[in-house]
Amino acid sequence: MKIAIVDYGAGNLPSVERALRGLGAETERATEPRQLAAAKAIVLPGVGHFAAFVAGLRERGLTEPLRAAIHAGVPVLGICLGLQAMFASSEEARGDMGLGFFPEEVRALPTNVKSPHIGWNQVRRMRTSTLLRGIPDDAYFYFAHSYAAPATAEPTVAACDHGFPFAAVIERGNLRGVQFHPEKSGETGAQVLRNFVESVR
Amino acid sequence: MTLARRIIPCLDVDAGRVVKGIEFEGLRDMGDPAELGARYNREGADELVVLDISASVEGRATFLETIQRVAERLNIPLTAGGGIRKLEDGRAVLLAGAEKVTVNTAAVERPELISELSQQFGAQAVVLSLDVKRKGDTWEAYTRGGRDATGLDAAKWAAEAVSRGAGEILLTSIDRDGTCSGFDCELTAKIAATVPVPVIASGGASTFEDFLAVFTEGRADAALAASIFHQETRSIAAMKKFLAEHGVPIRMSR
Repeated sequence: MKIAIVDYGAGNLPSVERALRGLGAETERATEPRQLAAAKAIVLPGVGHFAAFVAGLRERGLTEPLRAAIHAGVPVLGICLGLQAMFASSEEARGDMGLGFFPEEVRALPTNVKSPHIGWNQVRRMRTSTLLRGIPDDAYFYFAHSYAAPATAEPTVAACDHGFPFAAVIERGNLRGVQFHPEKSGETGAQVLRNFVESVR
Repeated sequence: MTLARRIIPCLDVDAGRVVKGIEFEGLRDMGDPAELGARYNREGADELVVLDISASVEGRATFLETIQRVAERLNIPLTAGGGIRKLEDGRAVLLAGAEKVTVNTAAVERPELISELSQQFGAQAVVLSLDVKRKGDTWEAYTRGGRDATGLDAAKWAAEAVSRGAGEILLTSIDRDGTCSGFDCELTAKIAATVPVPVIASGGASTFEDFLAVFTEGRADAALAASIFHQETRSIAAMKKFLAEHGVPIRMSR
């Protein structure tokens, strides 16, 4: 089965593609609504600014097809900004609406810690996670972000602390997301992607 | 749960080959960047930096291709830079497969470059490369590979770059570079205390103890070195084990 990687014009897609193909998955870049309408699994990667992300989706007419696919139960994996976009809004772009599957606002990391949060960090498991299956509790993941969703959000299955406890992994039904970059997190990250690929096969 | 300190090998690339500057001799060929990058990835490097030091236009032309070839072999983050003059140069480097781009000379000449890159790609993608020399009790920023003094105080320039959107500082002590006398921990601690973003220390690394010192006294978030890794005299895995045994939070590869 092909995994549609949402291409909204700003993300660094080659590394995500390479990582998924390395696991034997087929991928295609989704730039048009019809591709999302036909997708059986979707990866929503993201780097850059929340506003650019929201605008990039909207300009390509991808926002509603993405919402519709999610409502229809298509498995989705959001990466970094792709996770943040599943929430209602972000302090990074007041006035821009996220996809709104979860009501919380994504917040800026506070000034008492170094921001961006860049580097390899560990996560704290809060519930059983399908994405983290087979990964040791003390494993490290590569993070690079200045904003994060609060760990108190209902779909959080693993949290990380940097200024405040934030959602490192979220899972609810067909919606999944990681704040770290699995495609840049070595063998551990590959296992996260493998878990996603296997769950949608 | 702790943010690990990072070990970052650096590849200086001239016309598609990794090179090392040797006194009185010029540049020595150290191998293929993609092969070396893949080896460091395997040995547990936390990130890789690739810098274009080509003096010629022909050499520069191959740099994007080098980034692409290196990125294809990695599942860790890649930072690339050297000679980035404008927004489009930065975009090309990121599209070629790097996660972050470094800027130095052009940012000193036109600090707006940092703002432009940061607004477009996010602060986490923009690294200020800060080459400094000690000047009495302070440090002065240099450009053009350490040749030109800028008159800028390193700490003040670092703070301005961060306020413009640089998400990380790659801090190189020109005084220590190539001396094997250890990182300048005083410098690193000073800059780390000044800016609210991670600081990567560079210049002078030779022993495992140098790395331990820069993570403790120097308060560095990451440490970068080139030649000590290229020669295979010091393996990254052995260094990480040493640091972990001395209480530094380190990611041990599986």
